[in-house]
Amino acid sequence: MTKVKITVGAINKDAGSSRRYKTGGWRTMKPEVDLEKCVSCFKCFDYCPDGAIKKTDEGIEYDLDYCKGCGICAKECPVEAIVMVKEEK
Amino acid sequence: MTGEDKELFASGHRACAGCGEGTAVRQILKAAGPNTIATVCTGCLEVVSTGYPETAWEIPLIHAAFENSASVASGVEVALKQLGKKDDVKVVAFGGDGGTFDIGFQALSGMLERGHDITYVCLDNEAYMNTGIQRCSSTPYGASTTTSPAGKYSIGEQRPKKPIGAICASHDIPYTATATIAYMSDLKKKAKKAIETKGPSFLHVFVPCPTGWRHASNDTIEISRLAVETGIFVLWEAEDGDICNLNVTVKPKKRKPVEEYLKTQRRFGHLSEEDVKKIQADVDEKCEKYGF
Ligand SMILES: Cc1ncc(C[n+]2csc(CCOP(=O)(O)OP(=O)(O)O)c2C)c(N)n1
Ligand code: SF4
Ligand code: SF4
Ligand SMILES: [Mg+2]
Repeated sequence: MTKVKITVGAINKDAGSSRRYKTGGWRTMKPEVDLEKCVSCFKCFDYCPDGAIKKTDEGIEYDLDYCKGCGICAKECPVEAIVMVKEEK
Repeated sequence: MTGEDKELFASGHRACAGCGEGTAVRQILKAAGPNTIATVCTGCLEVVSTGYPETAWEIPLIHAAFENSASVASGVEVALKQLGKKDDVKVVAFGGDGGTFDIGFQALSGMLERGHDITYVCLDNEAYMNTGIQRCSSTPYGASTTTSPAGKYSIGEQRPKKPIGAICASHDIPYTATATIAYMSDLKKKAKKAIETKGPSFLHVFVPCPTGWRHASNDTIEISRLAVETGIFVLWEAEDGDICNLNVTVKPKKRKPVEEYLKTQRRFGHLSEEDVKKIQADVDEKCEKYGF
């Protein structure tokens, strides 16, 4: 077990440090985007509970370190540019 | 990257896959901006985002006890006023439905009545989820929970949902609104408005919980949308506590039957045709009051 030093009052100054914990390992299904179809509406970006989608000039990009594979992005994409495929590890 | 794209609720939080709270909090913090101090009482939001020594928060956050997110936020607001900093810093208090409708209600009522410049956000997933799906005064009629289990002698929850928005608005606060994550622009607009309001504001956000409602993780947004399309959850806003003249912000042209909403979740899986009819009649009556 790793030892954790408890600060006075358990004050944690390490803002955003949850990023150290990679929730991508929870996934059983993985989203894949077809950028030919993506119309850059960014609905998936707004709806993702995990902030695992980045906006790019071409559309979107996944951050698979954090994507939990919930499938919301694929279901909500208005042009069906996203499909969920089985995660192979 | 525009300012709106900066995440103030970081990835790596431990909410279940498809949790509506994750979507809601990401957006509400973006609306509040980086110069914000938040409080959160215990519940899924606190537990999934503050696993010491890590935190998903990019803004200062104080973890309050279960009943006092609103009291702690009141103290923060008064301190900021004393320091002459209140104009630059927003204060947002978060609570689950258990922490708001039930156990934190006294603290919330006091916060509203004293007129603090705070936005209180209730993340309503209609039960005490973090401790294993116990019923709350927010749980709707007919839902099966671990303390209102459906069975031979019971339909599940037997009481209707407490009208928390109307109760808060009745404190004559400047701004009260209901919102849900499927209606993203409505949610963003209301969050901004609530946060920019001087004085107390209350934002009631309806957030599906795949674990507690027993629905597929990819159905979270669809269920949030169906709640509005069927009239189960009404999106409105009211200024200065004027609930007689509240503004319904999303009016479905033709309401879908409540069955379409109920059948997406296993917490309603036991309901008979008769039960569904009763729920439909209750929703029809409610929507008539809202004028649609
Ligand atoms: C005074 C007190 N009573 C009970 C608890 C145990 N407890 C922790 S979280 C929780 C449920 C929270 O429910 P809710 O506010 O609806 O938030 P959710 O987890 O559903 O998001 C309970 C009962 C506690 N921490 N403190
Ligand atoms: S599958 Fe879920 S967690 Fe992964 S990117 Fe899509 S919405 Fe986000
Ligand atoms: S139990 Fe429900 S509210 Fe809690 S993290 Fe899971 S999906 Fe979210
Ligand atoms: Mg709850």
